[in-house]
Amino acid sequence: MILVFAESTKGQFKKSVFEAVTYGAKLAASMGTTCAAVTMGEVSDAGQLGIYGAAKVYNVAGVGAFDSQVYSSVLADAAKQLEAQVVIMPVSSTGKAIFGRVAVRLGAGCVSGVNALPNLDGGFKVKKNVFSGKAVAEYEITTPVKVISLMGNTLPPESTGAAATVEALDIAVPAAKVRVKEVKTIDGIVPLPEAELVVSAGRGMKGPENWGMIEEMATILGATTACSRPVADTGWRPHHEHVGQTGVAILPNLYIAVGISGAIQHLAGVNQSKVIVVINKDPEAPFFKAADYGVLGDLFEVVPRLNEALKKYKAAN
Amino acid sequence: MKLLVCVSKAPDTTSKISFTDNNTVFDESGIQFIMNPYDEWYSLVRAIELKEQAGGTVTLVNVGPASNDVIIRKGLAIGADDAARIDMDPKSALSTAQQIAAFAKEGSYDIVFLGKETIDYNGAEVGSMLAEMLDMPYISFATKLDVAGNTATVSRDIEGGSEIAELETPFVISAAKGLAEQRIPNMRGIMMAKRKPLNVIAPVEVAEQIKTVQFELPGEKSAVKMVDPENMDELVRLLHEEAKVI
Ligand SMILES: Cc1cc2nc3c(=O)[nH]c(=O)nc-3n(C[C@H](O)[C@H](O)[C@H](O)COP(=O)(O)OP(=O)(O)OC[C@H]3O[C@@H](n4cnc5c(N)ncnc54)[C@H](O)[C@@H]3O)c2cc1C
Ligand SMILES: Nc1ncnc2c1ncn2[C@@H]1O[C@H](COP(=O)(O)O)[C@@H](O)[C@H]1O
Repeated sequence: MILVFAESTKGQFKKSVFEAVTYGAKLAASMGTTCAAVTMGEVSDAGQLGIYGAAKVYNVAGVGAFDSQVYSSVLADAAKQLEAQVVIMPVSSTGKAIFGRVAVRLGAGCVSGVNALPNLDGGFKVKKNVFSGKAVAEYEITTPVKVISLMGNTLPPESTGAAATVEALDIAVPAAKVRVKEVKTIDGIVPLPEAELVVSAGRGMKGPENWGMIEEMATILGATTACSRPVADTGWRPHHEHVGQTGVAILPNLYIAVGISGAIQHLAGVNQSKVIVVINKDPEAPFFKAADYGVLGDLFEVVPRLNEALKKYKAAN
Repeated sequence: MKLLVCVSKAPDTTSKISFTDNNTVFDESGIQFIMNPYDEWYSLVRAIELKEQAGGTVTLVNVGPASNDVIIRKGLAIGADDAARIDMDPKSALSTAQQIAAFAKEGSYDIVFLGKETIDYNGAEVGSMLAEMLDMPYISFATKLDVAGNTATVSRDIEGGSEIAELETPFVISAAKGLAEQRIPNMRGIMMAKRKPLNVIAPVEVAEQIKTVQFELPGEKSAVKMVDPENMDELVRLLHEEAKVI
């Protein structure tokens, strides 16, 4: 059996969970087995995971705020009880905190950040990006039980079936040692690691007062805003927007970079975007080499023009 | 407080990546190695700050070959008290964590620090594994750590925000940007580092659970398509019809 950890926030699933279930169901089909999902704590409509291919959904009650020891103990016990051959979880803050723990508990070989379905030809082989996207590594997991985490946007969620039944799973929940006091999240904005569309700007903007047009573009597209490091360092933009080697690594479908030169440390965090658009007035800007579409011009003229074109497109579609 | 800081080496981001032995081994020739930035800038510095406030010791541990000694000495120059190098070429996160766990168990440390991730294999795996092996709580991607007595207050990065929590020592923590400010070693630190102990330790026996099949370099990116800056309708059309991303 393939077991997917369906993490939830305030009782809701994120898209990454639907992707992981879709991935689990495809893997189960090629291994001739079934895919199940396990949820923890109170979840509204856990059965919807059936739509993405979970034959069954299990719920473990009594799991509270996040503590990696508690979550990994519950997940590993669930995997043992259900005799899972492969445990899959999304790459997320929760996934990263429990990934290694679960693998150690299960004595399982593991690879994190997998970005394609396994190759089952003569073993269980998975691929992931390494060296900040400058290379791809293929690993074979040689243990009977395997743990992998799935990179976001690896494959789109596919609705293939109907809602599944939700069954309670009887698993002891250890006491938490970490006392969560407060969770601060900005509502209404898709966080950068999950964003499909990202609009980003750099020092070419000249100052924070000019960001209105970047925010406007993001609003038209329903995109999340990002920035280069010097922009965050000088306080033009909040730190959580900083992408790159030392900031957030992202892999959206579309990354629009405005007035960013494309330094290697910036590229390290964004070069896994599917499509990159670069707007820059310097034909020598290194970013053009990493771009799919380039616009050579003054951003103060190009961006308002692009915003008008996007509005026209949105109104027509 | 006894503090342990796990430091790894990483190729400088500007390095050109290539492979040897039929694309199964990372070619280290000509690569400039640095201390992993998350370890050097945030994790190590916060450990030193805590020691400066409350007293104690900061020990560095690295799993790696003798050529890593330069990187370890830099950590000593920044302000760690002593260091241990477990003499083994790290093969995977799991065996690295096993080596560190075996070492850490001998030391009864109050806090074990790591970086958020190594910038080479981008794993972010060792911390979570090590915490399990030591049976300790794990705070990942911490941006804030304050300790009073044996109670710590931490803040960590989560999707779209942060989470604040409390816990007691001992625990394992991985450092993200914000935990501290980078420190540049000064001349006195560099001189003193030469006399600080750097113990070389024999590795324990471990079995690998994954094998590297091969590495590949991504295909050449096709040339950028330039769009007339006067004609943004054309860019929108391309994004919709050709790239299919909007
Ligand atoms: C160890 C290390 C880690 C780092 N990590 C990161 C990281 O995580 N993320 C990151 O972003 N950087 C990082 N950096 C910094 C990085 O090297 C660059 O300095 C930084 O990305 C440059 O930011 P920028 O492109 O916004 O600014 P600049 O390099 O100043 O580029 C501004 C660009 O705007 C263009 N421009 C100016 N005016 C206009 C106009 N009117 N119209 C159109 N275009 C215009 C210019 O042609 C130029 O290309 C790191 C550096 C180091 C050493
Ligand atoms: N060879 C090593 N020796 C000591 N610490 C390491 C080693 N490899 C990784 N680490 C630590 O584990 C953290 C996360 O690494 P990784 O799981 O490889 O992304 C690093 O920031 C280091 O603190």
